[in-house]
Amino acid sequence: MSVDTATVKKVASLARIAISDADAERLAPELNNILGWIEQLGEVDTSAVEPMTAVIPNTLRLRDDVVTDGGIRDDVLANAPLAEHGFFTVPKVIE
Amino acid sequence: MTDVTTLGVAAIRDGVRSGDFSAVEVANAFVAKVSAARQLNAFIVETPDHAIAAAKAADAARAAGETLKPLAGVPIGMKDLFCTKGVQTTAASHMLEGFTPVYESTVSQKLWDAGAGMLGKLNLDQFAMGSSNETSYFGNVISPWRRKDGGNAALAPGGSSGGSSSAIAARLVPAATGTDTGGSIRQPAAFTGISGIKPTYGRCSRWGVVAFASSLDQAGPMARDVRDCAIMLEAMAGFDPKDATSLDMAVPNWEAALSADLRGKKVGIPREYRVDGMPAEIEALWQQGIDWLKDAGAEIVEVSLPHTKYALPAYYIIAPAEASSNLARYDGVRYGQRDLPDGANLQEMYAATRAAGFGPEVQRRILIGTYVLSAGFYDAYYTQAQKVRTLIAQDFEKAWAQCDLLLTPTAPSAAFALGEKSADPLAMYLNDVFTVPSSLAGIPAMSVPGGLDKDGLPLGLQIIGKPFDEQGVLNASLAIEQRAGFTAQPEQWW
Repeated sequence: MSVDTATVKKVASLARIAISDADAERLAPELNNILGWIEQLGEVDTSAVEPMTAVIPNTLRLRDDVVTDGGIRDDVLANAPLAEHGFFTVPKVIE
Repeated sequence: MTDVTTLGVAAIRDGVRSGDFSAVEVANAFVAKVSAARQLNAFIVETPDHAIAAAKAADAARAAGETLKPLAGVPIGMKDLFCTKGVQTTAASHMLEGFTPVYESTVSQKLWDAGAGMLGKLNLDQFAMGSSNETSYFGNVISPWRRKDGGNAALAPGGSSGGSSSAIAARLVPAATGTDTGGSIRQPAAFTGISGIKPTYGRCSRWGVVAFASSLDQAGPMARDVRDCAIMLEAMAGFDPKDATSLDMAVPNWEAALSADLRGKKVGIPREYRVDGMPAEIEALWQQGIDWLKDAGAEIVEVSLPHTKYALPAYYIIAPAEASSNLARYDGVRYGQRDLPDGANLQEMYAATRAAGFGPEVQRRILIGTYVLSAGFYDAYYTQAQKVRTLIAQDFEKAWAQCDLLLTPTAPSAAFALGEKSADPLAMYLNDVFTVPSSLAGIPAMSVPGGLDKDGLPLGLQIIGKPFDEQGVLNASLAIEQRAGFTAQPEQWW
């Protein structure tokens, strides 16, 4: 499996990270090197093995269905890059 | 009068209780050390007021004849991955530069409730991704240690908890918090001649800790010795309903049960940890550790952990996969940086924000994580890695049929120079070869200093234990500590 610059750009787009053509050129061999090393996992026979879902056995807890939070709008907005009228503000998404 | 900055957690606690010195004297002394050591770049933010306020509360409580809290009068450092109310929390990233939480992480709150004060927020690898502290947006942390070769090469303090390790080794703080995803407490502890324990996954709440890889992230203490780590861990651990993976178990009194008598204990030596190219000095220290544990009464048995070599590649699928998901939250909308180029739409804003806000190593891991989770590759990479993780956990379970604890080196080398490995991500990842397997299995593991190499740099030994058996890990570590007699300190040059 080899990653080319087109794949790097596609993955970067999925990850919502803007990269230049030069970045993609630089990253392709780097990622290939790492992924090539990772591929040794394919040697392991896992046909009879379940994937791990919980590292330490733990039971999921239930709690009463009550409101335990809320009424802290100003706290929620306190670190927003831009907030207006009690809302997060983003560039226009509907023309 | 005693220089209180030469004391550890237990000695400061006891001295404040008995009135040998006041908590404010302690806080002022450490505040002065912190501000005089900025060359090490161990702190992103200094918070002298926090430390002094906690000290004043401790002194007032003592004057009023109240029973002092467990950490009354003890100032500590807080890794800048823990959200602290009203104090900037960055995860050493540009993305979170200026982020000031309106809430307190559970672990830091527990420490303040126990009477500790905060000297500052400690530098780290960006989003805890790194083994050398070279990925911080706020600059490299420099180890206080130097090679005794006449050169003055700046050495890595280890990572990701490198601000914590550097500050403790330089005696700027008696103890600090760390977090460990694949070795980020233990490897920096080994590099700087201090102690650090990663407890069982779930012991310490993850609530309010900036997330890296949620199935692996675990907080723990770093300090100068085993007793101080036990005291700190007691304060940090405990059930938290706000973390769904928190262990609903009582916190043992680890300090009170410390014992270096290992009679009746079996310690396993995993043969797969004898990796190619391991320096002879580390082999020798490992053998020395075996002899120390025998001397403490333990029986030594050889064990096999056959899937050890697959732990690192599995980790470098699982951790980036979880990171790519966790770090999706940094969108430039709700908190952190926003980069909005002229005329950009929402999607372009996300991409520009994340390109500007994340450093190269963070971007690299997000891309790897996104790739291994993408359609068509998920089963081949992620599912296979989680299956291998099951096999690694089973290796440990089988070993526990033969022994109670494991002894290994902590890292495959002593501290390296800054810049020495940063050009090759894979070489850097290999630093975690001995620490990652226990992270994948969620089990407790501790690094204690064992000795110095030929260049005069510290080397660490690692004790790994069964789930929930922090006591066994602490006790075996104490047995090593007592026999190693490690008293070396870096000579002050900063």
